[in-house]
Amino acid sequence: MTETLADTAAGPLEHPMPRAAGCPFDPPPALMALQTDSPISRVRIWDGTSPWLITRHDHLRTLLGDPRVSADPTRPGYPHRTAGMKASDQARQTFLTMDDPEHARLRRMVTAPFAVKKVEALRPSVQKIVDDLIDGMLAGPKPVDLVEAFALPVPSLVICELLGVPYEDHDLFQRNTKVVVRRTSTSEEVLAAQRELADYLDDLLTVKRARPADDLLSVLATERVATGEMTQRHAAETGVLLLAAGHETTANMIALGTLALLRNPDQLALLRDAEDPKTVAGAVEELLRYLNITHSGRRRVALEDIEVGGEVIRAGDGIIFANDIANRDPEAFPEPDRLDISRDARRHVAFGYGVHQCLGQPLARLELQVVYSTLYSRIPTLALATGFDQVEFKHDGIVYGVYELPVTW
Amino acid sequence: MRVEVDQPKCVASGQCVLIAPEVFDQDDDGFVELLTDRPEPGQYDGVKESAVVCPAAAIRLAED
Ligand code: SF4
Repeated sequence: MTETLADTAAGPLEHPMPRAAGCPFDPPPALMALQTDSPISRVRIWDGTSPWLITRHDHLRTLLGDPRVSADPTRPGYPHRTAGMKASDQARQTFLTMDDPEHARLRRMVTAPFAVKKVEALRPSVQKIVDDLIDGMLAGPKPVDLVEAFALPVPSLVICELLGVPYEDHDLFQRNTKVVVRRTSTSEEVLAAQRELADYLDDLLTVKRARPADDLLSVLATERVATGEMTQRHAAETGVLLLAAGHETTANMIALGTLALLRNPDQLALLRDAEDPKTVAGAVEELLRYLNITHSGRRRVALEDIEVGGEVIRAGDGIIFANDIANRDPEAFPEPDRLDISRDARRHVAFGYGVHQCLGQPLARLELQVVYSTLYSRIPTLALATGFDQVEFKHDGIVYGVYELPVTW
Repeated sequence: MRVEVDQPKCVASGQCVLIAPEVFDQDDDGFVELLTDRPEPGQYDGVKESAVVCPAAAIRLAED
């Protein structure tokens, strides 16, 4: 038998690890190689523990759909992303970090506004947000940082509208969200940032309860907190989760996706000339597959011994699901390293898989469809205003992306 | 082909509604509702794809 990469003399590979120089869209080559050599193997993470890394698309879906796999970070063996996340996950729990039936009970309280038709009804207001921001860019100086001027405000404005959070306060929640998703933040910093966000939303819930409006926080305040189904603190923490998840992820998809399209002008031209909304929708799925901004993976812990792919994952073992690598699995996507907006990429796992699959995905899809179908048609000469090798990538982020994207036209 | 949905399993991801809107819908809370359990042959592909993509394995297909 040939020796696998994972049990060479050097011991398990580190996770996460840097990507190859010059190839910022592709997962790290050594981790990619695991998919063929040793698809279920141990990796070493920041705290010295060695959870399993799942890299194949079929294994990932099987295990993430398995109720013997727990999302509860308070269980021993759970592979935390960072010291900061460990502290915050243990300090407070939302449905994201619970198992069924509690997870299902709490998640059901916030699913209504994310139904496809309700999200679709927001299309005109999302279009207006996007158009106004582009007007602002075109009227202002160039070059401009696309992250600051466009990528971050779009999802931020949208999620604020949906939750009923005044956008004027965006400094407060963007500053704190940045701390939460930065891999180098200390536990104290993350806890303080989270507390500030939760206090802010707690106060807002009190206001909404007295004067409800047509938004999700008002629904939580009047229908869940007032009835005792949820504590106000839990509602506030759920609000923090939706607010943070709603803007960091989509913002990175917008900026990194723009860079990927600028690097693939043939694909950009296809998208720009697309008249059928299906082409745009397909392009969004492909960009979600190809970019995989959730490069720190989904984290779980086994509740029982589970046999999969010839290995036995023991009860109490930590598991990391490498969505980014699974989305490059040639068994699921032929020629996976090619960005091809005309392929059928719907089976991607960028939103995860199983009962925890992203709740906001219809909203993310809508925002990305409006952005990608509007940005390049309104600014056809959009171009990078700096060298590609000057762009700084969020290698240290829990969510991958670029820090800044200077563009001109 | 006959379609069955297990509504208590559904996590309201909306994927089936996007792929096969003639067959699947969502209720007020976002949970799947069947518009027909007997899709037309032209809708088979969308229904099969929905069953594969559904993150909660809430869609089952049966032959007649
Ligand atoms: S795809 Fe599955 S989980 Fe998503 S709405 Fe349809 S039935 Fe529910």
